[in-house]
Amino acid sequence: MDRSANKHDIPPPLPEKPFLTLSGVGKTYPGVVALDGLSIDIFPGEVIGLVGENGAGKSTLMKILGGVIAPDRGTMLLDGVERHSLSVETSIASGIAFVHQELNLFENLDVAANVFLGREPLKAGPFRLVDRNRLRDMVKPLLKRVGAHFTPDTPVASLSLAEQQMVEIAKALSINARLVIFDEPTSSLPLAETERLLSIINLLKADGISVIFISHRLHEVERVADRVIVLRDGMLVGTLARADIGHDQMVKLMIGRVLAARTAKPRRSPGSVALKASMVRTGAYPGRPVDLEIRYGEILGLAGLVGSGRTELARVLFGIDRSYGGAVLQDDKEIAINSARDAVKKGIFLVPEDRKRNGILLDLPIAANITLANLPALATNFMVSTDRERATADKQRARLGIKAPSVSTRTGTLSGGNQQKVVLAKWLSMSPKVMIFDEPTRGIDIGAKNEIYGLMRALADAGVAILMISSDMEEVIGVSDRIAVMHEGQIAGILDDQEISQESVLLLAVGKRLK
Amino acid sequence: MTKKDLGLLLLIIVVGIVVAIINPRFLLPINLANTSNLIGLFGILSIGQAFVIITGGIELSVGSLVALLGVLFIDFIAVQDMSWTLALPLILALGAVIGAIHGWLITRLNLQPFVVTLCGLLIYRGAARFYTADGTAGFAFGQNFPELEFLTAGRFYGVPNTFIALVVIAVVMWVVLHRSVFGRYLYAIGKNEEAARYSGIRTSRMIMAAYVICGLLTALSAIYFAMYTRSISPASHGQFYELYAIAAAVLGGFSLRGGEGSIIGVVLGTILLQELQNLVNLLGIPSSLNFAVMGGVILIGVLIDQQWHAIRAQRRLVSAAKQTETRVQGEAKTTAIASQESASH
Repeated sequence: MDRSANKHDIPPPLPEKPFLTLSGVGKTYPGVVALDGLSIDIFPGEVIGLVGENGAGKSTLMKILGGVIAPDRGTMLLDGVERHSLSVETSIASGIAFVHQELNLFENLDVAANVFLGREPLKAGPFRLVDRNRLRDMVKPLLKRVGAHFTPDTPVASLSLAEQQMVEIAKALSINARLVIFDEPTSSLPLAETERLLSIINLLKADGISVIFISHRLHEVERVADRVIVLRDGMLVGTLARADIGHDQMVKLMIGRVLAARTAKPRRSPGSVALKASMVRTGAYPGRPVDLEIRYGEILGLAGLVGSGRTELARVLFGIDRSYGGAVLQDDKEIAINSARDAVKKGIFLVPEDRKRNGILLDLPIAANITLANLPALATNFMVSTDRERATADKQRARLGIKAPSVSTRTGTLSGGNQQKVVLAKWLSMSPKVMIFDEPTRGIDIGAKNEIYGLMRALADAGVAILMISSDMEEVIGVSDRIAVMHEGQIAGILDDQEISQESVLLLAVGKRLK
Repeated sequence: MTKKDLGLLLLIIVVGIVVAIINPRFLLPINLANTSNLIGLFGILSIGQAFVIITGGIELSVGSLVALLGVLFIDFIAVQDMSWTLALPLILALGAVIGAIHGWLITRLNLQPFVVTLCGLLIYRGAARFYTADGTAGFAFGQNFPELEFLTAGRFYGVPNTFIALVVIAVVMWVVLHRSVFGRYLYAIGKNEEAARYSGIRTSRMIMAAYVICGLLTALSAIYFAMYTRSISPASHGQFYELYAIAAAVLGGFSLRGGEGSIIGVVLGTILLQELQNLVNLLGIPSSLNFAVMGGVILIGVLIDQQWHAIRAQRRLVSAAKQTETRVQGEAKTTAIASQESASH
């Protein structure tokens, strides 16, 4: 892929007057300086990449721009008017729009209703009835602008994540947005859908709309941004002009030190086949059987587009969904997995994609979460032994470096990375044979990411078979020993160590053949 | 005992003192015995309900079930001449089976608990009325069951046996809910059923078990109620009892979303409700206001609890802010002292 060509498709416009100027904007919370005198200019038609680890001050900045919180020092020059703080109303009225990581759409309503929610055109008369025809006519051009192929009447629930994002963007356009802030927009989108999003950003830019693009996926920032702003501990630690934008510079600024260059992985000889899916059919693609082998001691990456059937395969292997045919073999023997319990009993564990929904109980203490799957083993006469529970949890907390005051801390108060470690601790306190990770580092900052990778590698070295579903190209290439790529419910190809490259993964994922 | 439980206990004592001062008859042994008998009857029912609520479910058919099983029990022993030692386990088994059916419909056929048990409420009430042809089920003149009557309506050193039964059941169920693996699973399921399933817990089975426990305890209290009233008119017997049970649980700190509440809480909730009923009688408040008093107290209780939570959360933030402030000041002071020292040198 020719990056530089792509990057210079649209020359950056250089108008004189910035749309928004922040000077010395700061916000202090009890005990923590969230934002420390930040000064930025944002020009019309400029795409700013905003990067920084979790807690660097990105969300505080977003909240200030959205008018949700007021800064306690500094000024903002918005469209020539100086202000000390914004209200939500002025923020919207000045054309600042957000596209959040977690989409704020009403899945039970259709596209048109979502775009103009609360601003519906009304029919004449005393009953305030919605003028559906006019609403549809208003939404259509917006959808066209974002390159959407669905109609205003489509129920949002039937759209893919990327399409739902288009609805969000259409919503932003509907308020005549002049600055659209994307908060981790691609963390749930892989590959082709990400491409679509990045091209929409270029469209916005061509219309003179400013964009702030916040992402942990640095290669995307690298591709789309005209300028990158790096925050660390609430401070602006660096601005990279387009020519200087590079993965390593960004990481260096974000963490304040240079990461050692990625070394080539030592050749390893994986063990025997731990788990084998033989002609397994999932509910998503019942007509397309899947064959896959996971070996002891390897990390097998499972790449592919969202909706290519990866999560569904994991759910069948873990017994959450029923399979529609085929067999699962463990150590060459066919096994019956009809429930998650069956899988857990056989040492097959899943670290699910949606941590908060499926992985942990936010309201329970860390210890209860860690021991949840293994309670009978820690019990005497069906009674939970709190001493043994505590001991187990403490051991895992130390082993995984879970940052919390104690194991009685409510799990919901932890950061994403530490919550993920709690999920891991739950399984590591038992004896894993096969571990399936579904998007293991989604929404986790770089430091914790690397720790999770280290843990996965240590597990593999200890002989555990690991299947890692990931939509993050850097992750799947950097961590996997082999990569299986799924396309529309089938394994499109398996790449060995030597064959792994971004291009090959991408080609297979979109259904092309390798040369 | 949690702070919430202590607060509830305090409220019960304060209300008790106030009632006793206004009307000293409150403390008469006969009044206390009567009230504790009712506490026993409704307490057993409420503990059953608590198990369902902890999973995030609800059991609305309890009142109708009390009527149906009560009618059947009296019919079995008074009309069919069945030995009560046989009738009792039979009724308990029936309660358990009905609970299992509810649980099965809810977990296997994915019906909503509200819908399933609402249908149960209607069906069992109808069945009870049909069974006696809308007549009253009762004992014939001179029919006596001394052992059964002692166990169900008798007293032991002045303490009603129903109350003793409640204490025993509460202790056992406390252990089950608060100490056993099963109890932990129920809390986990109530908080996040999917995460529990992803941890390898057989969630459907656990939820079904909760409904079975509820059915079992409802059947037991149905027998107690039958022996307490000794005659049952199936059209009205047990009406609204499900709401008493739910109210006791809510007063006792249960969340209808599931995953929250304790056995001590639900027992205290039952005690408070019965104390209020007693208060209405003793203070000469028109008994027609009975439900209104109950509803008012529950509403106020829930409101106070909510506000209490909000205030505590606020206070925690403020104290955190203060701590950092004093630390910053402390640091400033040390630097000031240090600079003074260096100046004097």
